[in-house]
Amino acid sequence: MSTPYAKLPAWADYGLIPLINLSVAFIVAGFVVMLVGENPFRAAVILVEGAFGKGTGIAFTLFYATTFIFTGLSVAVAAHCSLFNIGTEGQAYIGGLGIALVCLSFDSVLPWWAIFPMAIVAAAAFGALWGFIPAYLQAKRGSHIVITTIMFNFIAASVMVYLLVGPLKPAGSQAPQTRNFLAGAELPKLNWIIELFGAKIRSAPLNICFLLALVMAFLVWLLIWRTKLGYEMRTYGHSPKAARYAGISETRIILTAMMISGALAGMMALNPVMGDQHNVAIDFVSGAGYVGIAVALMGRLHPVGIVLAAILFGMLYQGGAELAFEMPAISRDMIVIIQGLVILFAGALEHMFRPYIQALFASFSPKSVGMQAVNGKGA
Amino acid sequence: MAQAAIELIGINKSFGAVRANRDINLEVARGTIHGIVGENGAGKSTLMSILYGFYQADSGEIRVGGKPVSINSSNDAIALGIGMVHQHFMLVDNFTVLENVILGAENDALLKSSIAKARSELERLEREYGLEVDPDAIIEELPVGLQQRVEILKALYRGAEILILDEPTGVLTPAEADHLFRILKQLKEQGKTVVLITHKLREIMAITDTVSVMRQGTMVATRVTKETTVGELAELMVGRRVLLRVEKGQSEAGAIKLSVRNLTVKDSRGVTMVDDVSFDVRGGEIVGIAGVAGNGQSELLEAISGIRHAVSGEVMLEGKPVDLTGKADPGELRDRGLAHVPEDRHHVGLVLAFEENENSILGYHDDERYLKGPFLKVDVIMADARDKIEKYDIRPGNPRLKTANFSGGNQQKIVLAREMEQDPGVLIVGQPTRGVDVGAIEFIHKRLIAMRDQGKAVLVVSVELDEIRSLSDRILVMFAGRIVGERGPDATEGELGLLMAGVEHQEAAE
Repeated sequence: MSTPYAKLPAWADYGLIPLINLSVAFIVAGFVVMLVGENPFRAAVILVEGAFGKGTGIAFTLFYATTFIFTGLSVAVAAHCSLFNIGTEGQAYIGGLGIALVCLSFDSVLPWWAIFPMAIVAAAAFGALWGFIPAYLQAKRGSHIVITTIMFNFIAASVMVYLLVGPLKPAGSQAPQTRNFLAGAELPKLNWIIELFGAKIRSAPLNICFLLALVMAFLVWLLIWRTKLGYEMRTYGHSPKAARYAGISETRIILTAMMISGALAGMMALNPVMGDQHNVAIDFVSGAGYVGIAVALMGRLHPVGIVLAAILFGMLYQGGAELAFEMPAISRDMIVIIQGLVILFAGALEHMFRPYIQALFASFSPKSVGMQAVNGKGA
Repeated sequence: MAQAAIELIGINKSFGAVRANRDINLEVARGTIHGIVGENGAGKSTLMSILYGFYQADSGEIRVGGKPVSINSSNDAIALGIGMVHQHFMLVDNFTVLENVILGAENDALLKSSIAKARSELERLEREYGLEVDPDAIIEELPVGLQQRVEILKALYRGAEILILDEPTGVLTPAEADHLFRILKQLKEQGKTVVLITHKLREIMAITDTVSVMRQGTMVATRVTKETTVGELAELMVGRRVLLRVEKGQSEAGAIKLSVRNLTVKDSRGVTMVDDVSFDVRGGEIVGIAGVAGNGQSELLEAISGIRHAVSGEVMLEGKPVDLTGKADPGELRDRGLAHVPEDRHHVGLVLAFEENENSILGYHDDERYLKGPFLKVDVIMADARDKIEKYDIRPGNPRLKTANFSGGNQQKIVLAREMEQDPGVLIVGQPTRGVDVGAIEFIHKRLIAMRDQGKAVLVVSVELDEIRSLSDRILVMFAGRIVGERGPDATEGELGLLMAGVEHQEAAE
C-alpha cells in the first residue's frame, strides 16, 4: 500500500503547514498565559515588539539566530545522512576550547582579521574531532550515535569544567572562565547595518558571525544538493542498502558527515565567544545545541528553512526576555514553556494537521495534489 | 444463480486526489470462487481493504448476504463472517499454530479453555477441509505453504463464510499452489465463498468460477471463467493486446563472461544459503535461475555482485576474479562491466525519496561524465535522465519527479535504463518483473533479449516460472541453496516444478 496522503503543492508544504503549526503553538501558549492571569494579546505584542520593535531588539534577535543557524545546520547535515547528532551541544562547547586556545595565544599580537580565520579553523577542527569519535564508534563498532553523542556532551562538559577551573583560569580569579580576550580577538559588530535603516542601537552583540552563518548556510545547501559527497550522504541517509549497492563506503560517509556536522557545531562558538563575551565561560553554549535540533526539524533540514526557523527562535529568546521583564507573572520558565510548545507543534507534531489540509486541497483543486499519481498509486 | 454472498454497489474511494476505486459494482455468488485480476495499482487491494474494514468507502453500499452493512473495522468484517488471508502473513513467528489461531479470540485469562476449545475445533476443520497441520508446531519452523494454511485456519476458526485471499500463490511452489487450490475447491463444496485476488491469469483460469477485471480503479468487466480466455483477460487488464510470450531467435552463445565455481554463502546466522554452486554464463545467452523464493537466489546474486561475503568459491568476471570478501567495491565491478539490477528496487536499486534524475546515476555517480571536481554536473545529469526516459519510455517523463511517485513498472525501467545504458558485458537481474504490470513486462523482456542479441551475458533470477521459461536459453533450478538441475528452454512446467520443490533431492536422501 502506498501512502494514503497525496502530495501538496510546495508552497503549502513549506509555507502553509509550518505557519498553521506555529499559530496553533501560539494559541495554546496564549491559553497558558491566560492561566497565569495575564492578557495573552498584550503578551504577544510585548514578545514581538521586544524582538523586532527596536533596533536593539532586532540586533539581539539576529545574534541569537546566528547561534541557532550554526547548530541547526550541524544537526541537518548529520540528519541528511540519517545520523541523529544530539552531540551538537558538546561539539560547540569543545569548539569554544579551540577558539580559546587561538585567541589566548594571539590576541596580543595579531588583529581580529588575522585571528578570525585561525579561530574558525580551530573551532571547526575541535568540533569535528568531537564528532569524529562517536562517528568512528558508530561506523566501526556499531555503537549507536544517539547514545554516544549524548555521552560526549557530558564528557565535553566535564572536560571544560576541569579546564575552566584549572589550567585556563587566570591565577587568583574566582570565576570559572578564561581571562577576557584583548581587543585583537573581538569581532566587529554589525549594528551599523541595522542603523542604516534608521533604527537606534544602544549595545547589542550582533557581529560578523551572522554573515558567516549565512555563508555556511549557502555552503551547506551546495554540499547537500550539488556535490558528489552530498549525494552520497543523502543516498546513505535514505537507504544504507542502496548506498552499499552503489559502492558508497559506510565508514567513510558516516565519518565525513559527522565531522562536517561537528565542525558546524564548533563554529557556533565563534558567535558568543568572540562576538559577545570575549572569553570562554562555563556552560556558554547553554542549550543552543538542543535548540538546533528543533531548528533543523522545523526548517525541514533545508538551509533556507533553518535560517528562518533560527530567526524565529531568536525572536522567542529575545522577545521572551522582554516579556519576562515586562510581565512579572510570566517567569523565565514560562518562556521555556512557550518555546517547548513551538517545538512540540512545529517539530514533533509536524504532520498533525497535514491530512486535513490535504483533504481540503483535494476537494478544492484536485490538480494541485498531483493527479498524475493515479497510474502509479493505489494497489 | 445462487444468492449473492457479497454485493458492492457504487463503491468510491479516493486518497487525496487519487481515485483508487471508482464506482465499483461487484456481486459474488455464494458458494463460488470469484477471481479479481488487474495490474498493480488497479485498485484490487483497496477494494478488498474496504470490504475487510481497513478503509471506509467514500460512497457506495456493501451488502453481505443481501443485507446492507457498514464495516468500520476488521472486527466488523469478522463478525459478518468475512475472513482475509493477507499476501504477507500476519502470524507471530515464535508462537505455535494453536496460539496463533486463538490470538485475538482468547476469552479466558489463563487460556486453558480457549486452547482446549481451539484444539477440538482445529481437528474438526482439518477433517472437513483437509487442512492438516500440527497444532503444536512453531510457525517459523513450518514451510510457507503450511503457514498459509494456518492463516486460512485462523479465518475459519473465527467463523468465516467468505474468504478473501490476496495474491496467495506468490510465495508457493507449484505443488503447494496446487494443494491450496484443492483446499479452496473443498471450501467451495462446503458452501464457503472465496474471493481470490491475483495477477496470475493461469490461476484464474484453473480455479475460479467467475472473474472480474479491474483497471485504473474501475471494474471493466466480469466474465464467467469458462467462457473467457487468458488473452481476453490480459487485454482487458491492460486495455490493449499484449504479447504473453516474447519472440526471440536462436541464441549464439560466445565466450564465457561470468564463471561461478563452488560458491558457498552463509547468512548472518551462519546458515548455508548458497551451497557449492557452479555455473557459467556465456556472452549472447540468457541463463535463468528458477526456484521458490528463499532458496538462496538472493544471496547468490549479492555474492556475485560483490555486496555479500562468500565463505568459499570463486567468481570470475571476464576472466578476472571478483573479490568475495564482502568488501569488494561495487563501483570497481561496474567499471569492469558488471551491471546489477537488484531484486529489491525499493531499498537497494533505487532511493525512492530521490528525484528520478538522481536515481539515474546511482552507482555511477563517480563517473567523471557527471562530475566537475567535487560538484555534480546537474545539467548533464538531467540531459542524461531525459535521454533514458525517452529510450525506455518511462512515464511520467519528468526527471524532477520523486521516484516513489512512479509505478512499479516505471521504477523498474529506471533501474534497467541506468544499468543497460552503461553497456555492460555482464548483466545480472533479480526478479526483472516483480510487481510490474503486464504491459511493462513485455517491454522489459524485449530489452533483456536485445541485450542478449548484442552478445552480452545475461543472468536472470526469477520466481516466476513463466518468465524464466520465456526468457532463458538455459534454465538452472535452485533448491535449498544448490543447483539441482539444468534444463533447456523447452522444459515443461511440471518438470521444473518438481525440481523446484526438491522432489528428486528428497527421494535421493530417503
